[in-house]
Amino acid sequence: MALSGMRGLSVFISDIRNCQNKEQERLRVDKELGNIRTRFKNEKASLFTLISNDWGLKEENAMPSKFSTLLSDRITLTSLVHVKGLSPYEKKKYVWKMLYIYMLGYDVDFGHMEAVSLISAPKYPEKQVGYIVTSCLLNENHDFLRLAINTVRNDIIGRNETFQCLALTLVGNIGGREFAESLAPDVQKLLISSSCRPLVRKKAALCLLRLFRKNPDVVNVDGWSDRMAQLLDERDMGVLTSSMSLLVALVSNNHEAYWSCLPKCVKILERLARNQDVPQEYTYYGIPSPWLQGKAEIYLRNFDFWHELGDTDSWCSREQREGVGLINRLNIKSLWWLLDHGCDIDALINLTLQVKTMRALQYFPTVEDPNTRRSLFEVLQRILMGTDVVKNVNKNNASHAVLFEALALVMHLDAEKEMMSQCVALLGKFIAVREPNIRYLGLENMTRMLMVTDVHDIIKRHQAQIITSLKDPDISIRRRALDLLYGMCDVSNAKDIVEELLQYLSSADFAMREELSLKAAILAEKFAPDLSWYVDVILQLIDKAGDFVSDDIWFRVVQFVTNNEDLQVTEAASLKAREYLDKPAIHETMVKVSAYILGEYSHLLARRPGCSPKEIFNIIHEKLPTVSSYRSKSGRYSATTRAVEYHALSMKGAALMDILAEMPKFPERQSSLIKKAEDSEADTAEQSAIKLRAQQQTSNALVLTDQRPANGTPPVSQLGLVKVPNMSNADQSTAEQGLTHANGALTVVDPQPPSTPSPDLLGDLLGPLAIEGPSGTAPPQSEPRVASGLEVGANEDALAIAPVEEQANTIQPIGDIAERFHALCLKDSGVLYEDPYIQIGIKAEWRAHHGRVVLFLGNKNIAPLGSVQALMLAPSHLKMELSLVPETIPPRAQVQCPLEVINLQPSRDLPVLDFSYKFGTHMVNVKLRLPAVLNKFLQPIMVSPEEFFPQWRSLSGPPLKLQEVVRGVRPMLLAEMANLFNSLRLIVCPGLDPNANNLVASTTFYSESTRAMLCLIRIETDPADRTQLRMTIASGDPALTFELKEFIKEQLVSIPVPSRPPAPMPPQARPTSPPSAALSDPGAILAGLL
Amino acid sequence: MGIRFVLMVNKQGQTRLAQYYEYLNLEERRALEGEIVRKCLARNEQQCSFVEHRNYKVVYRRYASLFFLVGVDNEENELAILEFIHLLVETMDRHFGNVCELDIMFHLEKAHFMLEEMVMNGCIVETSKSNILAPIQLMDKA
Repeated sequence: MALSGMRGLSVFISDIRNCQNKEQERLRVDKELGNIRTRFKNEKASLFTLISNDWGLKEENAMPSKFSTLLSDRITLTSLVHVKGLSPYEKKKYVWKMLYIYMLGYDVDFGHMEAVSLISAPKYPEKQVGYIVTSCLLNENHDFLRLAINTVRNDIIGRNETFQCLALTLVGNIGGREFAESLAPDVQKLLISSSCRPLVRKKAALCLLRLFRKNPDVVNVDGWSDRMAQLLDERDMGVLTSSMSLLVALVSNNHEAYWSCLPKCVKILERLARNQDVPQEYTYYGIPSPWLQGKAEIYLRNFDFWHELGDTDSWCSREQREGVGLINRLNIKSLWWLLDHGCDIDALINLTLQVKTMRALQYFPTVEDPNTRRSLFEVLQRILMGTDVVKNVNKNNASHAVLFEALALVMHLDAEKEMMSQCVALLGKFIAVREPNIRYLGLENMTRMLMVTDVHDIIKRHQAQIITSLKDPDISIRRRALDLLYGMCDVSNAKDIVEELLQYLSSADFAMREELSLKAAILAEKFAPDLSWYVDVILQLIDKAGDFVSDDIWFRVVQFVTNNEDLQVTEAASLKAREYLDKPAIHETMVKVSAYILGEYSHLLARRPGCSPKEIFNIIHEKLPTVSSYRSKSGRYSATTRAVEYHALSMKGAALMDILAEMPKFPERQSSLIKKAEDSEADTAEQSAIKLRAQQQTSNALVLTDQRPANGTPPVSQLGLVKVPNMSNADQSTAEQGLTHANGALTVVDPQPPSTPSPDLLGDLLGPLAIEGPSGTAPPQSEPRVASGLEVGANEDALAIAPVEEQANTIQPIGDIAERFHALCLKDSGVLYEDPYIQIGIKAEWRAHHGRVVLFLGNKNIAPLGSVQALMLAPSHLKMELSLVPETIPPRAQVQCPLEVINLQPSRDLPVLDFSYKFGTHMVNVKLRLPAVLNKFLQPIMVSPEEFFPQWRSLSGPPLKLQEVVRGVRPMLLAEMANLFNSLRLIVCPGLDPNANNLVASTTFYSESTRAMLCLIRIETDPADRTQLRMTIASGDPALTFELKEFIKEQLVSIPVPSRPPAPMPPQARPTSPPSAALSDPGAILAGLL
Repeated sequence: MGIRFVLMVNKQGQTRLAQYYEYLNLEERRALEGEIVRKCLARNEQQCSFVEHRNYKVVYRRYASLFFLVGVDNEENELAILEFIHLLVETMDRHFGNVCELDIMFHLEKAHFMLEEMVMNGCIVETSKSNILAPIQLMDKA
């Protein structure tokens, strides 16, 4: 075994390798780290001299004490270097050890400087190590990296090509903003220098690309666009490729400036298309000629480039647009050529080229020109049909990579149905082969295929095979199969598929169960042929994987059953629930759902054996202890409680003691529930139900019972409300039993004359309550009184939900819009809005007073969204330009709409996006606040005491310096507040204020009127009372000072995240004023009385 | 972006090389490597070469005792990445001559150099073996 020439390193690696266990390894690593640390500590002295000469470095904090003594003894540093200094070889060795240790997953929190210092070594091997280890160990925010800027710059402007390459690669990989500011001019010079070799210029182009991304200002548009155009005359493909990448980034930032490059791009493409300069000899196996490589790359880049252009139709002049059209055609021709010739060359070249070209083609809108289209399809056809399975694995992989890319392209091109069915047939073949990779990709691509219209039926033919794949030994494949089944499910095959999923659920591995049950639940709801089936599926689901059935799912079942009008369905559901209760061990969710359903409807079963109220009560009571949370989370489980109450009501005589034993907390719960109902606070459980629900389109089969609460009005709290009378009944019955002492604090809402206990207590209760005896009008049943009593609940439910019903068609947002907005105030990308049809994402980049925001409008459905309109309502202080939003968003497509923002002056006003679209007959309109908040125009700046105090003093008093005592502050620790400030880009400067309870922060605000303006903030807190504080804000602009003060105040006083507007209480739910329609309803009358 | 990380791990789960193209801190890396390696090592020859993990798709290939794992995003052609792994191995093979785990272990720096030549910022930049190996030969000479 050849050693790398660093014996110590090899020994160390062997040692690690010989370690028997992790503990030994850790000990060995610790020992080595200790060793390196000691060596470096001694080294530090010499380093210190070297570096301080080199970079003017400030003294490092951890100076070894021994060393300090030496210093005080006036032993010169130079002599120390001679004694202790490490040779470059040693340093190299230690630095590699560090990298090795780091790679093993240990923290290496020292020695970074040594790594960085190697960069300045004169010899190539050390320098190279320095560069590589630095880029592995450090990231762009690391302080030490700053120290290296000068050395890196020297290498870049030096004459040694290899050094230049190393330096450019480092900067290209981890260079940050500071690098951008200090190195960009040099890198630009290299890139356009005629004396530089392509090797260096290629890297320079990519390096500049990174610097540009870090700070777009480093590339001066005016001068650079011409240079860029000249660059495109370059003959070397490598340089061209890299330059093209750079151009793509530049153009995406500022299209107009680079129009001069357009004809050059056309020329390049022409050259390639005409087969000029195409070397005929291809190197064999695996080594694509750099030319071809470059070519493939160039195409790819071009496509990105033209893709960009294609996006920006709005500003294209006619001429320019024609230019683009010309290029498109050329491009496709040349691509076609490549595809055609690519088939003759060897696997890997074939692979890179073809995959890339085809991937690139998919960025295009579909090809229109009939001739091009025909030739393209010929090639694709050849790939599709001509790819055979060969023995060589690698070649096989390569050819199939091409094949799958061709498939993707065919899908994209929206080929004729015949070709599509060919593709599906091919995929059908793939999903049945032995080779697992192909099976996996077959399933994956079939899922993609689902997005293409018309092939649904053909795919369905493979359903049996896909179901087999659901039982594949490989989880990756099983997941794909599940996804595919989920995607291909529709009304016609829902029953089969859902039943398949249910069956699989019992044997499925843990990792998949949650996904499985969620998908089964969604499909069951979405495509349910009838309600009984749906209820049946969900009950099975709970039975088989109760842990994975979230509360929303069972809430939903309960809601459906309750709102359904067909008594048979209700009866069937009750019967099912009853049957499940007989099982020896059932999941608590099953207990809850059964208790609810039986609590409501057990009277329907009353004549069946084992279904008398008493028996039902007993069995529920027996299972109830398994429900762990029914006691703790009062509001949420009102359904359970409620079910139990009914039984308490009907069973009081028989099992009163038990009731009391089980539920001692009833009274408290009652009050908290009433309160909850009054506050009408949105319930989280219901919201997640909405979320779950909203993941899919409205169910066709269940649309009648599909009541969505509008504005987040929570049915659960309504349940809480309607529960009250029953509660009082229960309490009352307790009172009658003379057992009030058990619940001493209980207020008896409606005192009743005690009546004699009887098995049919409910009737007794109802008698005096519903004086006019609605029970008399109830349908003749064996227990008419019980029945009518039970209807109370059902009817009241209906009442409670009635106002909501009108809005059943409203599309509900997923997640809390306000919450999303607040989150986006602190970060720059995320989801702004989401509902079942659309998702609006946002990505923003803020630089000084400019903002570049991109709105991502994603259609989540397989049907297009029409009448899309986005209107920007900008406040006066913001100049906003929203690019044109297309009227239609194609199925499953995402549209990007750039939005330019310029901040004119300080203000806290917010822009609003008035967004609307139409899906089917639904017109949806939302007004969304955009997070172009004040703090986005702040740039953190750390100020030193020398800078801070003169500024602070010079800004004396209002209006430039404002002070306010803020009360009602959300209590938080000082550290939390500091975090909050930092996240608002107000950088806390520790140590400026001697008082530890105070906080000093600084930032720079940018707007057109104020330019860059330093803002200083001081917060004085009172440790005894965290709810108040005094803040002082100072800046050079009165308006800014005021706005910033108010802004910070808002952040401190309000709770920015969970601010949920209280949903209005539906007045109809108040039993005091029953709607006239319900007047004849005994339940309503009863409710009115209570 | 494409490639997010390249890992080489032996069948005991020990990392032999790790290169990330997006910044993760030590904790995140440790967790990620642990989870992915556990997932991949548990798989057998009959299973496919792709493992889905969080938002990554891991394409892996096993050569004797060594696993090569490449984390990619959804924008990559899986089989093409599978072949990229093979190219990486062939390149190492050409340099070391019948490359084995020990070569990578004891020549960590060279393995790093090769990878650095092949992938920059998550994109495959070089597939010619002689071009990839040129700087290493330069280093050997120095």
